[in-house]
Amino acid sequence: MNERKFRGDWIVLPLLGIVAVVVLWAISSMTWAPSLPTPWKTWQVSQPYLMKPFEKRGELDQGILRFTWYSLILVAKGYTIALLIGTPLGFVLGMSKMFAKTFDPIIQILRPVSPLAWLPLGLVLFQKSEPAAIFTIALCSMWPTVLNTAVGVRAIPQDYLNVARVLNLSRMKTLLKILLPATLPYMFTGFRLSLGIAWLVIVAAEMLTGSPGVGGFLWQEYNSLIYEHIILCILTIGVIGFILDRLMGVVERRLQVAKA
Amino acid sequence: MNHPEKYLEIWKLQKAYPSPSGPPAVIVGDFTLNVAEGEFVSVIGHSGCGKSTVLSMIAGLNDPTGGGIVLAGREVKEAGPDRGVVFQAPCLLPWMTALQNVTLGVEQVAPHKSRAEQRGVAAHYLDLVGLGDSLDVHPNQLSGGMRQRVGIARAFALSPKMLLLDEPFGMLDSLTRMELQQVLLDLWATDRKTALMVTHDVDEALFLSDRIVMMTNGPAARIGDILEVPFARPRDRHDVFEHPEYDRLRQRLISFLEDHAQHPQADDESVDDPRNIPSREPGDRESFSSRRTFSVTPKSHDAA
Repeated sequence: MNERKFRGDWIVLPLLGIVAVVVLWAISSMTWAPSLPTPWKTWQVSQPYLMKPFEKRGELDQGILRFTWYSLILVAKGYTIALLIGTPLGFVLGMSKMFAKTFDPIIQILRPVSPLAWLPLGLVLFQKSEPAAIFTIALCSMWPTVLNTAVGVRAIPQDYLNVARVLNLSRMKTLLKILLPATLPYMFTGFRLSLGIAWLVIVAAEMLTGSPGVGGFLWQEYNSLIYEHIILCILTIGVIGFILDRLMGVVERRLQVAKA
Repeated sequence: MNHPEKYLEIWKLQKAYPSPSGPPAVIVGDFTLNVAEGEFVSVIGHSGCGKSTVLSMIAGLNDPTGGGIVLAGREVKEAGPDRGVVFQAPCLLPWMTALQNVTLGVEQVAPHKSRAEQRGVAAHYLDLVGLGDSLDVHPNQLSGGMRQRVGIARAFALSPKMLLLDEPFGMLDSLTRMELQQVLLDLWATDRKTALMVTHDVDEALFLSDRIVMMTNGPAARIGDILEVPFARPRDRHDVFEHPEYDRLRQRLISFLEDHAQHPQADDESVDDPRNIPSREPGDRESFSSRRTFSVTPKSHDAA
């Protein structure tokens, strides 16, 4: 592949891609999918939610970023729990072969279970929708952190461990000065993937529980037949997810440099 | 010390690995050696003969299956900072600066000193190896030779009872290697720490050592012969090479290695040396300037 580069290609090309998809969307809504709102209509109907993103007109009628903020808070709670449980679990899994043998099968069985399956269990356990949603987010987003941390611990070069032994470092010092920094890049890859899943889960959780947030808003507008807002929500969810991933990516890259 | 001649006492050291079929694979069999205080001893032998295994047993990183090691009157049972180890790969922690890497060791041997004093000791040794200007540099910004300088500084900064050097210059190009041999010799000359170095470079062994221990090939490698190196200290590379005895001693080492050049058993090689250095290249000896650079294995060149 020997494509020519030009100045500003980093912004022009992505914009072209977006325009192409919008055109396809417009054509679709005018031809084979008449119930799909056109881009222009979507913009018009979404305007009050976009232009006053933090306004609260009523419990079910709030600016889009206000809804997003509710969702982010919920994600943050579940995600924090996922990291607090997942990181130490990954460490133990990586350090002890016996522990890994014991728990690996059950982890592999629980890992692919959909959030839609966990949520009812959460509701049974906690009776209320918010703790159920947090439970679901934590349980679903934990696994990448667990597995990547375990891989990171197993990948620590013997050389580093030899240094720890030769210098007779205490267990605590070995953990803080060697194991943790050596595993950090892997851990952070896990953190990034976990955040992606947590954000994915929030929509499903809010739809099922009806809690206020960008996913709950989406479901409510579907029921109110305001399809333009469905598209608004989809785009908002996508953009926020993209920003979150990029932010984590920046930190991750800094750690990768430190690793080399 | 009661027995200055037996500062380090290695008695019938043995290492065997259990093998799934048949008797255990004996890598090192009956390695007995006494090293005097302040002596610099090299162990030379073919790749995979078990010399690095001996060194890692003295370092406490590998448990012997027979025999014992006594250092300064105390039996060696586990690894510890009373032995300063210089590994073949410098083994620096990449998330720490040169200074932090060395300080980590100083903290262990001088826990009562203040942070500033510990850092001062580390900086002093980095200065001695010529890295006084690179204290705050991370290892990935240092060349291979400079990294090994940090490794040497880390070992010396521990003020250990003895030094253990595991082919410390094996991964460097020959120019850097000579430079670092000088650095090591100068540093060693200041307090004459007892030192044991594993190498496969004949000239390196002659330049640095008081005695050279030649190891036979495995399985069950043992000491084949010991060579006394008579050159006066402090040594100068040029004087050593021009010494009338030099060629004779060198020839003796090479003859020994050639007599033991038959291939060690295949499984033995893989067990002993994880780095798996390719075995001896016969053409190397006849090449240009072979007299100065002859070594048993071809040199790997450092990229930096």
